[in-house]
Amino acid sequence: MTFFLITSIIKIIVVFTALMVGIAFLTWLERRVCAWMQDRLGPNRVGPQGLLQPAADGLKNLVKEETLPAEADKVLFMLAPAISFVPALLTFAVIPFAAPLPTPWGDVDMVVANLPVGFLYILAFGSLGVYGIVLAGWSSNNKYALLGGLRASAQMISYEIALGMSTVAVLLLAGNVTLTEVVAKQSQSLATWNIFPLSLAFFIFIVAAFAETNRLPFDLPEAESELIAGYHAEYSAMKFSMFYIAEYSNMVTASALMATLFFGGYDIPFTQWDNVPPWTVVKTLATLGAFLVKTGFFLFFFIWVRWTLPRFRYDQLMALGWKVMLPFALLYVSVIATVVWVLHARLGWAYDSRFALALFGVNLLLAIPLFFVLDRGHIVSGSAAEERA
Amino acid sequence: MPIGVKVMKRPGARASYVRATLQGMLLTLQHIFRPKVTMQYPEEKSTADWAIAPRWRGTHRMLTDEQGRAKCVACGLCPQICPANCIKLVPGEDEQGNRYPLIYEIDEFRCVFCGYCQEVCPEEAIHVGVHYENSEFSRDRFVYDLERLCAQTHPVSSLWDPSDPKGE
Repeated sequence: MTFFLITSIIKIIVVFTALMVGIAFLTWLERRVCAWMQDRLGPNRVGPQGLLQPAADGLKNLVKEETLPAEADKVLFMLAPAISFVPALLTFAVIPFAAPLPTPWGDVDMVVANLPVGFLYILAFGSLGVYGIVLAGWSSNNKYALLGGLRASAQMISYEIALGMSTVAVLLLAGNVTLTEVVAKQSQSLATWNIFPLSLAFFIFIVAAFAETNRLPFDLPEAESELIAGYHAEYSAMKFSMFYIAEYSNMVTASALMATLFFGGYDIPFTQWDNVPPWTVVKTLATLGAFLVKTGFFLFFFIWVRWTLPRFRYDQLMALGWKVMLPFALLYVSVIATVVWVLHARLGWAYDSRFALALFGVNLLLAIPLFFVLDRGHIVSGSAAEERA
Repeated sequence: MPIGVKVMKRPGARASYVRATLQGMLLTLQHIFRPKVTMQYPEEKSTADWAIAPRWRGTHRMLTDEQGRAKCVACGLCPQICPANCIKLVPGEDEQGNRYPLIYEIDEFRCVFCGYCQEVCPEEAIHVGVHYENSEFSRDRFVYDLERLCAQTHPVSSLWDPSDPKGE
């Protein structure tokens, strides 16, 4: 018990620190990558290559004046940044980020809390984050902030369902909601990484994750050209920064989830060396490296998409969520469930590469109509009205 | 479709989202590795493809003769033509009857940098300069007196010449 307490406290401190440093680094990366994509240099003055820019920003935001709108609901206005910030950080607690670390007193799981309900916990806390945004919008007593908050809640509801549905397929294959088990199930070979048997679930998940984290092309709650800054229009200084930290930690969690659910978590491909005891420090570090590379790629992907795609119109966002993502996710879950039942219960296949590749084939078949519908733009381009006429 | 949403008339066959998205992502990815256009200002003041124009009209400079005296003969043409009325000139005369400026001040805050003073000057004494770094810690420092105008060393503007409009 003492061992558990001590290791947990150490893990919490280490993971929290790493997360905050990572988020600071991410704000710098976002600005640098955006600048590079626009043939500029970006912040490169503070420290080597501008790496200390986040520290300068943080210092500036700490000493800035805190503004409080006269007509705002004071309690909720103060509370809202914390409400959006805390769940964003909490969700990271159940994500396994490396193989167990051996110590003289026993193995330590490299996950802050190896909850049996792992994934359900993430869904629960992930959707709590929207309360911060809605309350911020409402308590500001500003119509634009309120509109931003309303949009955030509508968007969250629309895409949370698709997100949950896409992960049902993952849980079907893993047969478990504990994330360490989901990772273990995927680590048999490269083909059993869920990206192959469940490619389209990944597609739905990534689109929904963009919507959940309020990143472009789904940043309608913020929509600076329409709503000024949306829900955080009235915030300044560190409270404003808290929303940013929340957004970035949501991004980190979403990226880590994509890596965990679909890309084998901390599994190193083409080898079984990292999946079997005895655990060593080298194995822990190597798997941690694999996890960071995968998560890092998705973080870059978030930034990449943000600086490429323009924002959806509100009706397009709703149409994509309710007319494409939700029905397709429902259909997908039933198809996958049927195929898994046929392969597993009827043909008696064990879960291995053959099983995964068979499912991959099914995904390819389903991908053709999905991408055809999306690409011809009946949903997301403006041609819908003309087609009907 | 909600009321008031403008819908672009575009044939369904030409509309694409997935392909266009992928093309766009490829384009932004390529741009990451392209050479950057940023000029890192305080260190770099001109690059291969940008240098300040020779016709730039910036803060003034008074040219001087061999003895280091201002070329100005206090004819009064520049305060006369100045549309912003920013030149203050008090003429003086020495024993030989040579006119010279007792006071010659230009208020650079009033100046609109039209360059008429340079154009009108019969002695080619007052010039607008090819210069843009003018920050000071107080407002009074922006009234340049004769001594300061003579002490400027930056190149002077080659004003637009109607007979050679492209500056060749």
